[in-house]
Amino acid sequence: MNARLYAPPALSLRFIPVWRRHFLVWRKLALPSILGNLGEPLIMLFGLGYGLGAVMGEIGGVSYFAFLAAGFVASSTMYAATFEALFSAFSRMHVQKTWEAIVNAPMTLDDVLLGEWAWAVTKSLAAGVCMLAVIALFGYAKSALALAAIPAAVLIGLAFGALGLCVNAIANGYDFFSYYMTLVLTPMMMLSGVFFPVDQLPGAVLAIAMALPLYHGVEIVRPLLLGSFPSNLLLHVGVLVAYSAAGFYVATVLTRKRLLN
Amino acid sequence: MTSPALQTRGLRKSFGTQEVVCGVDLSVAHGECFGLLGPNGAGKTTTLKLCLGLIDPDSGEARLLDHDVPARAREARAKVGVVPQFDNLDPDFTVAENLAVYGRYFGMKDSQIEARIPGLLEFAGLNGRANSTIRTLSGGMKRRLTLARALVNDPQVLFMDEPTTGLDPQARHLIWERLRQLTQQGRTLILTTHFMEEAERLCRRIAIMDHGRVIAEGSPRGLISEHIEPQVVEVHGPGSDLWMERARTLAPRVERAGETVFCYAAQVEPVIEDLRGQSELAYLHRPANLEDLFLKLTGRDLRD
Repeated sequence: MNARLYAPPALSLRFIPVWRRHFLVWRKLALPSILGNLGEPLIMLFGLGYGLGAVMGEIGGVSYFAFLAAGFVASSTMYAATFEALFSAFSRMHVQKTWEAIVNAPMTLDDVLLGEWAWAVTKSLAAGVCMLAVIALFGYAKSALALAAIPAAVLIGLAFGALGLCVNAIANGYDFFSYYMTLVLTPMMMLSGVFFPVDQLPGAVLAIAMALPLYHGVEIVRPLLLGSFPSNLLLHVGVLVAYSAAGFYVATVLTRKRLLN
Repeated sequence: MTSPALQTRGLRKSFGTQEVVCGVDLSVAHGECFGLLGPNGAGKTTTLKLCLGLIDPDSGEARLLDHDVPARAREARAKVGVVPQFDNLDPDFTVAENLAVYGRYFGMKDSQIEARIPGLLEFAGLNGRANSTIRTLSGGMKRRLTLARALVNDPQVLFMDEPTTGLDPQARHLIWERLRQLTQQGRTLILTTHFMEEAERLCRRIAIMDHGRVIAEGSPRGLISEHIEPQVVEVHGPGSDLWMERARTLAPRVERAGETVFCYAAQVEPVIEDLRGQSELAYLHRPANLEDLFLKLTGRDLRD
């Protein structure tokens, strides 16, 4: 029985009907959803980018707006996947009992989780693409390399979707998510070079930053938007892939413990 | 098909230190309507989940439609419909969308599901409601839609966890009528209930569960005649406790619950004769039913 509990997630295309269900709901509620995903980061970006940028001058040879825009592509991607994997998944798992309805059909919990993960990644992909489009519209995407930020958004979505599903698996209510948002994601956003360069941080703090998935996301996205190839790309991709794989495995085991025992 | 639709042997399941299902053996034939009865917390819902392979047993085995469960639960559930205890329809979808989305979980093509929707709505008495949102449906309509959703894959076996709990009498009778139609179509029905009337009306065979064990099994009428005296007189009113002492000489089994005295006997004429002289006491004479049996077997203590 423990072998079943700790078995790796069974990946099957059966997740597609779950993804399609979430997509159909989203289509009905698309407008407020897009506003929620994009409104806040764009307001922050334009407010801070132009307002603070006016007194800050340049960072590393680029305008503060361009610097911040790249950081916000990464962080809004992170938040899009997180919200889906926390609040929306929790509603479906615990409040509406949608998961329970699905597993009464010939579906498994692993299918449901894979569908949730894929959907969280879809939401972060959409958020990343929209942010990129707005930034490009204002002339802050330097070259076609910026398009490579789209697969980077998928990687960030995979990592934070998986981490979010771990938190969802142990949540006892919506309030529980405040711990994760406030104690984990907000500090991570500060330490990952979204708002300011991290290389001037003390060594110990920098070491922590480098262990965080968002740091590696920003390190991939920012050079791409500014028109250069990211250095240490394999390392950054590797860290995000590791967070995704380990995160999804842990999320699967925790969710099985919660619902199958 | 000669093998039973559902067969379990020695199913056991504990949550933490509490054993909720303690060695349950069940066998349900194809085309049968089988009822699992028991007070709250008897282990009925957990037993259903074990049969469906939704949770893993600690020991014991289950076979559903010739598939081992939980190992081959996916194959088994492809031919099964489930009506859960609490409605979990998708509140963001219309009636038709709920059916369409659910059919996809069975790997059905959209065109296949579309073709089935009018018939399912007809069966559920939801004609003309295809585009209604779930919020606008009454409790009975939601229950019927949940039943229709469980039929989207044309299942051989239908599992229902308390199918009419929370419904008013009209809505309940409509569900019963539909469930009879399903058995007439040759489908196997497995339901849990604590409404004795429901079990007596619908089920060919029942099993009574308490504290995780099956304590009696058979046809409703057969169980009543096997375990309980056929006639009952319920008595209440001032002085009933005094009268109860005399009643013990008139009927073989006399019980008290709150202010009411229950006299069980094959011949209740002596009891009624005696009551005619007691103008203070009100009484009701009726045949014994499944509820009497249930209370005899599981006791009158409140279960929470």
